[in-house]
Order: sequence, then C-alpha cells, then structure tokens
Amino acid sequence: MTKELIRLKVNGEWREVAAPPDKLLLDVLREDLGLTGSKRGCDDSSCGCCAVLVDGTPMLSCVAIASCYQEREITTVEGIAPTGELEPVQQGFAESGGAQCGYCTPGFLIATKALLDRNPNPSLEQIRDALSSNLCRCTGYMQIYESVKLAIEHAAARAARPATVGR
Amino acid sequence: MAPYSVIGKPLPMTDAPAKVTGLGKYTDDLAVPGMLYAKILHSPHAHARIRSIDTSKAEALPGVKAVATSRDAPTPYGILPIGHDECVFSIDKARYIGDNVAAVAATSAEIAEQALELIEVDYEILPAHFDPLKSMQAAEHWIHETKPHNIEKEYHHVFGDPEKGFADAAFVREERYYAGEVTHAAMEPHATLAIWAPDGRLTVHSSTQVPFYLHRTLSEVCEMPMSQIRVIKPLVGGGFGGKSEIIPLEVAAAVLAKKAKRPVKITYTREEVFYAHRGRPITIVELKMGLTRDGKISAVAARVVQDGGAYCGYGPVTVLYSGALLGAIYDISNVRYDGYRVLTNKPACGAMRGHGTVNVRFAFEAILDALAHDAGLDPADLRRRNLLKAPCFTANGLRVTSYGLPECIEKAVERSGWAEKHGKLPYGRGVGIACSHYVSGAANPIVRSNMPHTTVHIKIDRDAAVTLYTGASEIGQGSDTIQVQIVAEELGVRPARIKLVAADTELTPVDLGSYSSRVTFMAGNACLDAARNMRTQIFEALAQKYKCDASDFLAREDRITSKNGAGVDLPFEEGAAVAMEFRGALVAKGTYAPPEEARGGKFKGAGVGPSPSYSYSAQVAEVSVDTETGRVHVHRIVAAHDCGRALNPLTVKGQIEGSVYMGLGQALQEEMVWNNGRLMNPTLLEYRIPSTLETPEIESIIVESNDPEGPFGAKEAGEGSLAATIPAIANAIYDAVGVRINSLPITPEKVLAALREKQKKRSGNGGAR
Repeated sequence: MTKELIRLKVNGEWREVAAPPDKLLLDVLREDLGLTGSKRGCDDSSCGCCAVLVDGTPMLSCVAIASCYQEREITTVEGIAPTGELEPVQQGFAESGGAQCGYCTPGFLIATKALLDRNPNPSLEQIRDALSSNLCRCTGYMQIYESVKLAIEHAAARAARPATVGR
Repeated sequence: MAPYSVIGKPLPMTDAPAKVTGLGKYTDDLAVPGMLYAKILHSPHAHARIRSIDTSKAEALPGVKAVATSRDAPTPYGILPIGHDECVFSIDKARYIGDNVAAVAATSAEIAEQALELIEVDYEILPAHFDPLKSMQAAEHWIHETKPHNIEKEYHHVFGDPEKGFADAAFVREERYYAGEVTHAAMEPHATLAIWAPDGRLTVHSSTQVPFYLHRTLSEVCEMPMSQIRVIKPLVGGGFGGKSEIIPLEVAAAVLAKKAKRPVKITYTREEVFYAHRGRPITIVELKMGLTRDGKISAVAARVVQDGGAYCGYGPVTVLYSGALLGAIYDISNVRYDGYRVLTNKPACGAMRGHGTVNVRFAFEAILDALAHDAGLDPADLRRRNLLKAPCFTANGLRVTSYGLPECIEKAVERSGWAEKHGKLPYGRGVGIACSHYVSGAANPIVRSNMPHTTVHIKIDRDAAVTLYTGASEIGQGSDTIQVQIVAEELGVRPARIKLVAADTELTPVDLGSYSSRVTFMAGNACLDAARNMRTQIFEALAQKYKCDASDFLAREDRITSKNGAGVDLPFEEGAAVAMEFRGALVAKGTYAPPEEARGGKFKGAGVGPSPSYSYSAQVAEVSVDTETGRVHVHRIVAAHDCGRALNPLTVKGQIEGSVYMGLGQALQEEMVWNNGRLMNPTLLEYRIPSTLETPEIESIIVESNDPEGPFGAKEAGEGSLAATIPAIANAIYDAVGVRINSLPITPEKVLAALREKQKKRSGNGGAR
C-alpha cells in the first residue's frame, strides 16, 4: 500500500510519519514514534488503555486512522508532564494506589486529565461517569477515585504556590 | 518512637513513576533490531486428529523466516510434574478450538498472518466432549488416551466421622450449586519476546508470573541447558493466575527464535487471551451440611466436579484446594470430600485468584446462611459459634497459627450496620454476610524438593547503595515495594537507598513465582533474613572498631547509633564503609522454607492446602433487587481482611478492594459462554468485567492478627477476600427478596425465574418474605 505522509503535533512537537493510509493512530504512536505509553488492551474499543487527547478531547487511538488526524494535536501519557516534573494527575495516581499493574493507567490519566481540564472540581458521580469508558482489572476503582481527589488537591496546592516566573 | 520507621507506612509503589509517565516497559513495548513478528495457527476444531500438516506454501511466502510445528518442539510439558500432557504445537490431535497447531515468524505481523492461511492441515474430526458430567461417562474418544473416561484426577477424603456428624445434626441441608466459567482478563494481553544470540544463548522477555518455571520449561522444550537461557520479566500488566503457568506463546516464540536465529515477538490478541484462558472452571458442587441445635457445624460432605478443559494444567491442585480449604476457617471435625477434575474439549482451566476455593466457598457460605434461617439464628452469630481455637491443626492437617476471623466478623458487622439492617430492610433491599480465607503461599513447592522457596541477595558497595536481588515477580500487586520496605526496616535505611533488581534469571536467585499469595510471606521472610545478615556484618565490623558488642548497635532511617552510651552516631554510609574496610563490598543472602509442621498430612493429596499461614476475611454486602427486571444492584460492600500486619496499608487496601471487585464480577455478570467448544464472548465488550458504573463503594478494613511467622507479622492479602464477596451478595439477595440463587453468575433472568417460582409456590401467608 502506498504510504502517506502524516503530520501530527504530538506532545507539543511536530512529527512526520510515512505510513499506510489505513494505519491506526495507536500503531503510529507505538511503532513509528516509539511512544509505547499508550497500550492495546482489547480488539474492540472496550478497554480505554489506548486513550489519547486529540485537540484536548479523549479518543481511542486503537480505532482512529492516523491519516485522518493530519495537523491535529495529540497528547499521549508521555506528554502529560512536559517539564519532567510529575503533574498533579500523575502524582495523584502514583501516591494513592491508582496504578497497580499500571497497564490501564495511561488511559485513566488521559481520561482524568480531560475531566479536570474542563471541570477542576468534579463530584464523585462526575468522576465515576468520566472514567466509565476505561476498564481497570486491579483496583476496584476505589483508589482511582482517591487518586483523582488527590490530583485535585495537588493542583490546588500548586495554584496557591507563589509564582516564580520573572524573578 | 514508633516501633517501625518504614513498616506500616502507605508508601507509593516503587514503580509508580514509571507507570504514571508511560515510560515503564511491558513486554509488548520492547523492540529490538531485526525483530520478527509471529502468529500462531489455532485449531478450528474442538477435537480432531491431525493427519498431516503441509507448511511448504507458507515457507515460500516472501518475508516468512520460520514456520514451526510439533516436529520442532515435540517435548511435552505442563506446570505439574504429573501433568506433562501438552506440547506447544499439537502432535497427534487438536483438543480444543484454539489449540495450537503451528506458528509463523515473519518480517511483519501481516505477512505472518497471510502465511497462516497457507498452512494446510488435514484434520479428521472426532466426536467432542463439552459437558463435564457427560464427559466423565464417555466410553470412547477420550481426550487423552491415558485418562480413561476423561477423568484427569479424582480424590476422596474422609476426616472424622461424617455419618455420625449428620446423625447428630438437628438441621441438615443438601443443595446443588453451579458456578459458570470465569477468566482473569488482565488488562495486558500476554506477550513474549525471545531473542536468539549468535553465541547460542536465548533471552526471553515475557509477561509471566513464574519466570522460574518458564525457565525450566524452555530448557526442556528447546533442549538447551538452563544456563544458556535467560528469562526476564518486564512490567506485567496484571496476572491473577492467568500468567502463572507456561502459556503456549512463550514456548512458541522461543522455538521460532531458535529456528529463525532472530528475535521473535508474539503478542496475543484479546481473543487469543480468552482462548489461552487457564481460568476458573465450571464447578458443580453438591453440598450437604449438618447443624446441631446449638448451631455447631456437625458434618460437611461435598462432591465437586470441575470442568478442566483439554489439558491438565493446575487441575489436580485446583480440585485439591477445593477440598482442603473446606478446612482452616471454621471448627469442623467431620468432612467428606469427593473431587473430580474432568477433561473436556475446551481451553484448559487453571489457577485464578482464590485458586480452588472460590466456587466451593460460595456454596458453603450460602448453605450456611440457609441453615442459619432453618435454625432461627443470626447468620453472623452462626459463624461466631463455629470459630476455630487457634493456634491449632485442623482435621485435614492444616496448621493455623494466627486467626483474625473473629475480629473481621465484628468489624464487618459493625461498619455495615448489620444489626439494624439484617431482616429489617424494606422488601427489595437486603444485607448478606460471608467469610473466606486463603493460603499465604503453598507450603509445598510444585516440584517437590527441599530447596528454599525463595533466595534473595543484598549487595552494598562503596556508594553505600543497597541493591536487593530478588526473583520475586511484581505483577501489579506491589511485591517490589513490600520487599524494599522489609529490607529498609530491618537494615535501618530509608527506602530510597534501596535499588531493587527483580525477576531476571541471570541476575536474581530463584523464587518460585507470584502464585498462591506467597510473595509477601516467603520472599518477604527471605528479605528479612538477608537484611538481618547484612546488618550483622556491619554491626560486627563496628563492634571490632569501637571495641564493643555487635548487639550494642541500632540502625534506623539511615543512621547507626549505639544503644548504651558508647557515643556512636554514624550515617549509614560510614557504618557500611567501616565494614567494607574489613571485608570489601558486602553481600548477604536470605532464604525462606516453610517449617516442616506446616507442610500437611500424609494422605494422598495432602500436599495441597497446607500453608505456613492463612488470611481471613468477613464481608457484608448490601443490595437492592428490582423485582420487575430481576436486576441486582450492589450498594456497598464492607470487607474486613486479616492480613497479619499491613506492611503497606495502601497496597493492602488495593488488594482487598481488587479482590472484592473480581468477586463482584463473578457474582453478577462475568461468564464465559460456550457453544460446542466455541467461546461466544471472547471480547471485553461481551465478557463484561465491571466498569466504574457497576462497581459499588467498597469499604476495606484491615485486621492485624500479627502472625508469629510472617515477616513483621504479615500474611496474605491478595486473594483471600475474593471468595467472600460472592456468597455475601447471594445471601443479601435472599435477605432482600427471599430467593436463593445457587447458580453463578446471578443474572436478572435467574432472579426473575426464582421470584416467579416463589410466587407460584406461595401459599396464603407466605413464609419467607
């Protein structure tokens, strides 16, 4: 199959990939760009392990044809912490047991980030709803809710931190 | 000062940063130059003789580098020494839809798949066996010729005098229970990367819970010494037992790599994961229990039939656990057990969280609830009347050292509002109680020997970094973290000083693996032993230098001090440097082997069930039942678990809640649906593991009975809670609407049918509500 040049802005940087026009976004990320953080957990878009943000909206990269996302902005789990310091959502999951085996974690982090980006202070019901497209086989979800709540606390603490810019 | 500086702290898992950044590598994330992609050809027939296989067209396809069949790997293997009945590629016949026939390694997965279609297999279709009860009566076409009537194993045990026990009973019940087949559904599909090096060595990265057993099997099947094979376990995305025996792709990748002399990766599709299976079998339990007038269990008789699928796997162990774990939870003197492991033409079953006990515990706790009602006793109180008096030995020879079940019951009853709710909620809503237990590691290894079950090494060099080399397999349960905490506490250093190297057969000593909830207890005790040995070396050197006694020193949080005014107060690195002045870089070893008296009785099958210690759990579920639709909604589950001591309460709670979650799935919605050997729901869309929307609030409560032999008193936390959840829900349904559903999963259809049946039978004033 003739390859096509696909231009994507991935985690803040423009990347170009020559790929067959039917190649899945997940495979482009994992195989062509070496971003293996996004996982394949199922064959039928039911688990959420492959979720990425496309222009800020969570999408399943295992059912997205990469060539349909020309010039779009993609954020994977590797792009959540652009500075190298863990972001609040990552701190929350690391400290509250939200990641056990960790395989579903990238998808949960993406779904949580999308939720908190649009609603920084969700109720438990809103958290439950926002995470209902992601499956976790380890936690029973309780520590994932705790992780989201801790992420909210970390974000609030960070917002209250005196600004260091301009010194 | 608190007694411990590290133990009992809710430390984040050591590998959490790798997991929340996406930088941690699981097997399928690995790629090496020249790597080939392989695919496996599976049998489309449930039972068929393989007359011939022609791979010539597949081999001729450009891009194909190797095709493997049984000719390349004829050595049979199996997790149990008594069950070497499978070959990586079927030799004589295929025994289930999905059985492995051949495999292709090619330069791309697409080419490998095309090549599979070019392999010509001449099958002679044979009559197949699907129903375990019919299969065990079969007169011909046995699945394995060496297993007459398709019975893999049967065991018959009698302890005490069951007949007298039933004669003494004031209340006797006999019920039949059915549990459908369930599977692990770990989020990470199995993957293996086998790398052949020009020097003739093989390195295998695999998603396994048992690197040591994989190492052994690869050596046997590839006909290479273990010293030429290295097995590495990268991050593993959940196991739950599904990666606790050798899975065909692991051997297939190695065989292909050896043949192609190239690296080969195989990753299962989710459908292949379902067919690889090794989960919890369909189980039919015929249970009889007697109760005296004062509420003592006077006898138990259980006949258990398990539908094991086409190969032995862990089968005999599963069916033995089902019998052995009738004991060690309540005080029961009279027990009869008849267990049958039956072969059928379906994927092999195996070990799944709560191995062997779950379906029988469902039956046991449900019949106990029914007997409580017969006797007019509160179900929680009935359980209190049958407690063990630990420490003790049970009728079947199990040694119980610590026993937090009474406190688990008290906590679950108190936190759930049991007294105000049981029998008192409005029609349609109810509460149910149930208990469970599990082993803290099997006291007898799979391959019998006197070798310790775990050995660990600790190294300290000039940087004063502590490196722990352990063969134990982190699979998401937090075992790496627990081992670091144990070493940190005992050696008196901060956890950050410790670097852990794990589960790499070239670097780490033997640990038997992550199964039977053994790692905290067994690897944990080995870590404790090694840290103590290392500490002694350092203290002895300091004693020599400061002219005092080694017992005068104390190490805690990276400082070494003298206890009785000798004035020594050193940073850990200086203390370690003193020891290195005498000895050079420091090494210490620790081991663990279960004590002789914990290894069980002498009868046939006595080897399975014994453990150095048992965990306990009591749970109360609160449910609503919609009498129009039959739908059961679980509001809340209160789960109290006796883990001896919570070395890390964060990970212990994670294990309790995860176990309850998996029990919930089996109770209400998970079931593998078979049609003539074909799985009708081999996807996560149709095999419905609970999402956030179906999972209730779980309140986990830690009970600490402080086991005398566990590391810092700790015992099992990862499996024992699962089994209580299912009967707690079933018993709550009875409390809500007065029907008993003896068949799992408890679907709306079954609830509605039972409600209608009850409606029909109802006379005048009703009886049970």
